[in-house]
Amino acid sequence: MSMPTAIEIFKHLPKKNCGKCHYPTCLAFAMQLANSKAKLEDCPFISEKSREELAASSAPPIRLVKFGSGSKIVEIGDETELYRHERKFVHPTAMAVKVSDELSKEDILERAKWIASFRYERVGQSLSFEALAISNDSRDMHKFSQAVELVASAMDMPLILIADSPDCMRAAAAKVASHRPLLYGASEQNLKEMASLAKEISCPLVLKARGLGAMAELVWQARSLGVEDLVMDLRTEGLKEQLELSHAARKHAVRRTFRGLGYPMLIEAGQGEGAVLRGMLAILKYGSIVIFDDLSDAQALTLMVLRQNIFTDPQVPIQVKPGLYAVNGADESSPILFTTNFSLTYFTVLADIEKSRVPAWLLVVEAEGLSVLTAYSAGKLTPESVAKALESSGAKEKSKTDILVMPGMISRMSGKLQELTGMRVIVGPKESSGIPKFLKSL
Amino acid sequence: MNASGSEDGDEVVDVPLPKEKWSGKIGVVVLGATPEEGGTRSASLRIGGSTGMPFLSYEGVSPNRPLIAGEVLDVPSDLPEQVRQEFGACVEDPAEWARCWVEEHDADLICLKLLSTNPDEGDTSPEEAARTVQRVLAAVKVPLIVYGCGNEEKDAKVMQAVSSAAPKERLLLGHAEEAAYKSIAAAAMANDHAIISFANLDVNLSKQINILLTDFGVRKDRIVLDPLFAALGMGLEYSYSVMERIRLAALMSDAMLQVPMVCDTTSAWKAKEASEEIEGHEGLEERAVWWEVATALAALIAGGDMLIMRSPRSAAIVRRAIDELRGS
Repeated sequence: MSMPTAIEIFKHLPKKNCGKCHYPTCLAFAMQLANSKAKLEDCPFISEKSREELAASSAPPIRLVKFGSGSKIVEIGDETELYRHERKFVHPTAMAVKVSDELSKEDILERAKWIASFRYERVGQSLSFEALAISNDSRDMHKFSQAVELVASAMDMPLILIADSPDCMRAAAAKVASHRPLLYGASEQNLKEMASLAKEISCPLVLKARGLGAMAELVWQARSLGVEDLVMDLRTEGLKEQLELSHAARKHAVRRTFRGLGYPMLIEAGQGEGAVLRGMLAILKYGSIVIFDDLSDAQALTLMVLRQNIFTDPQVPIQVKPGLYAVNGADESSPILFTTNFSLTYFTVLADIEKSRVPAWLLVVEAEGLSVLTAYSAGKLTPESVAKALESSGAKEKSKTDILVMPGMISRMSGKLQELTGMRVIVGPKESSGIPKFLKSL
Repeated sequence: MNASGSEDGDEVVDVPLPKEKWSGKIGVVVLGATPEEGGTRSASLRIGGSTGMPFLSYEGVSPNRPLIAGEVLDVPSDLPEQVRQEFGACVEDPAEWARCWVEEHDADLICLKLLSTNPDEGDTSPEEAARTVQRVLAAVKVPLIVYGCGNEEKDAKVMQAVSSAAPKERLLLGHAEEAAYKSIAAAAMANDHAIISFANLDVNLSKQINILLTDFGVRKDRIVLDPLFAALGMGLEYSYSVMERIRLAALMSDAMLQVPMVCDTTSAWKAKEASEEIEGHEGLEERAVWWEVATALAALIAGGDMLIMRSPRSAAIVRRAIDELRGS
C-alpha cells in the first residue's frame, strides 16, 4: 500500500505538540496516522490544503472501479503489486465477449445467452464470463440502443457499451443507466461529450490513447471534467507492446504512485489465435478487463483456469477438498492410499496412481493445505486425523481390502496408525514417482 | 515530469518508461557443437544472456531468443493418442520422430527422453540407450537434450554411456538434483557436456543445487536450471512465482541463480482438462493444445529461456508468440 509515511504526514502537522489529538507530540500522532490507528480529524489545526493532499496520497495507487448493478458488480483495479509473490493480485481479470448490434435479434440473444450461461466448476469455484460487450458496429443510433435494451432486459450481466459516437452512446446508455454500464470509450476527439455523459449518468468511462504520455494527458483532462471512475485502453498492437506498456503503466502506478496512470487497464483482444494469446498475456500481466470478439469453448475454459491460477493468494496454498477419491475405477477390492489436501501434492499423487493403471482409493486428509512432510512436522497430519478422515469419508465401507498405504516420508507414524485404525498399514514409497511400481507389486 | 502530473491541458505529458537498473546478468549456455569444435551439429545454439525481466526491451537486452525443444520418447507408450496422430507413424522410431520435429515442425532442438531404460518398464541397457542417442544425432543436425528415466541408479549408468557415446557433441544432460548429482555431473564433465540442475519449486533449493554442482567442478556456463514448471491447473502459479523470484534475484546479482532456465511443458497433457471430456464442454482436442500453450506462455513470461514441448500444434502457436513478444 502507498500510505504516506509518518515523516510525510508530520510535515503537514502544525508541530505545536498541543496534545489535543490525545497524543503527546505531533510526531507521535503522525506515527499513529501512518499505521491507520488515528484519524486526521483529531487535529484541530490542520489546514484544508494539507487535509486534501494527505487524503490524495493515501488513496490506493490504482483506483477501484466498479460497473454493473445489483448482485452482479464487476470490481477492477485497487492492485498494489508488480509481482504476485509480493502480495495477492486482488481483482481477477474480467473477461467479456462482444455482441455486434448488426446481428439479428435472435442471433444477439443466442450469443448473449452463451456468454451469460458459460460455467465451469473447478476446485470449488464457478468460472464464468463477467461481462457482455455490445458493439455499435452498425454506427446506427437506433440499432445500438435497441440491441443494448434487448440484452439488458434478457440477461442479468454487467454491460460494456462500445461506441465511438457520443450520440449513439448517449442514446443507448440512457436506456440502461441504472445497470451502470462501462462506457467504452472516450478518445482525444470525443472526450468532452463522453465525459459529460459519464458524469451525468455516473458510469465509469474507458479512455483510449496510444502511449503512456497521451494516456496520462487524457486522464488529467477527464478528471478536470469531473470523471474519476476511469479505465485505460492503451491501444497496444502486438504482444510486445502490450507487455511493455502494461508493465510500465503498472509500475508507474504502484511503485511511483503516479496518479496519471493509476487506473485499471482494458485490453481489446480481437479475434482468432492472437486474441487468445493477448488474453493470456492480459491475465498474466496487469490486464483488468479483456474483451474478445469471439472465443471457442476450449479457449474460454483455458483462459479462465489460467486466471484462476494466477489470481490465487500466494500466501494460501490452493487446497483440494478432503475426502475419498476413486482412481482408475476403484472398487471394494482396491487399496486405500492417503495424502494431504495440498493441491500440488494431490495432483502429483493422483497422476502417479493414474499412471499405474491400478484401481485405488485416494484419501485426501485435511492438513491446512500443507504438503505431507510439512504437515506432519507441524502436527497437522497425525494418526488421529487420518483415522478421523477414514471414518468421516466412509472409506472402510468402500474398500474392503483393509489395506492402508501411507506416504513413505512419514513412516514413523505407521505403528500408531495401525493401532488406531485396526487396518493393515503399508509404508509406501517416499517419493510419489515410486507409486506406479509400488502399486503394481502390491 | 512532476510526479503528480500536470493540470495544464496544453502541456504535453512526458511519461518516461520506468527502466529498472539491474546489476546482474544471466549467463549464456551454448548447446551443441559444430564440426569446428569436434561435434557434428550444423550450428550451436545459445540460451540466456538477458539483462532485464523477460521481453521488456526497455529494461535490458535478451540477445538469445527462447528455444523450443521437441519431445521425443524412446518408447511412445504413454503418448496421448492426439499427439500420436499429429506425428503419425514416425513416433515408433526416435530418429524418425526427431527428424519429423525438425523438418516438419521447425523444432530448434530435440529433447530425447530414454524412458525405456526404466528397470520397471523395458530396462533397456545403457549401451542400447546410448545407441539410440547416436541414431538421433545422425538423423538431425540440431543440438540434443537427453533425459534418463528418473531412476537414480540406472540414470547414473545411462548418462555415463550416453556421455561417452557422443563425446564432442555438447549435449544437455538431465538432470542433477540435490540427492543425486555426482554421477551425472561426472558424466557431463567427462566429455564437456552441459547439465540440467533440477530443484523442486524452490528458490533456495535451486540455488543450492547450482552451488553443489559448481563446487563439484561443473562450469557455471554449462548449467541450465529446471525449477519444475507445473502445468496449468496443476500448480502453475507456484512455478510462475518461483521463477519470477529466481529471475529477479539473479538480476539483483545473486550469481548462483544467473543461469538460463528450461521448462518442460509436456506435463500439461496430464491435466484433467487436457485429457478428459468435460460434461457440457466441447473441444477436448483444441483444449489440450491451448493447455500446453498457456503453460508455455506463462513459463516464458516468468523467465523461461527454453521450453520442452510435446505437441507440434502447441509449439507452432508458442513460436509465433515468441516472435511477437520479441517484436521480430
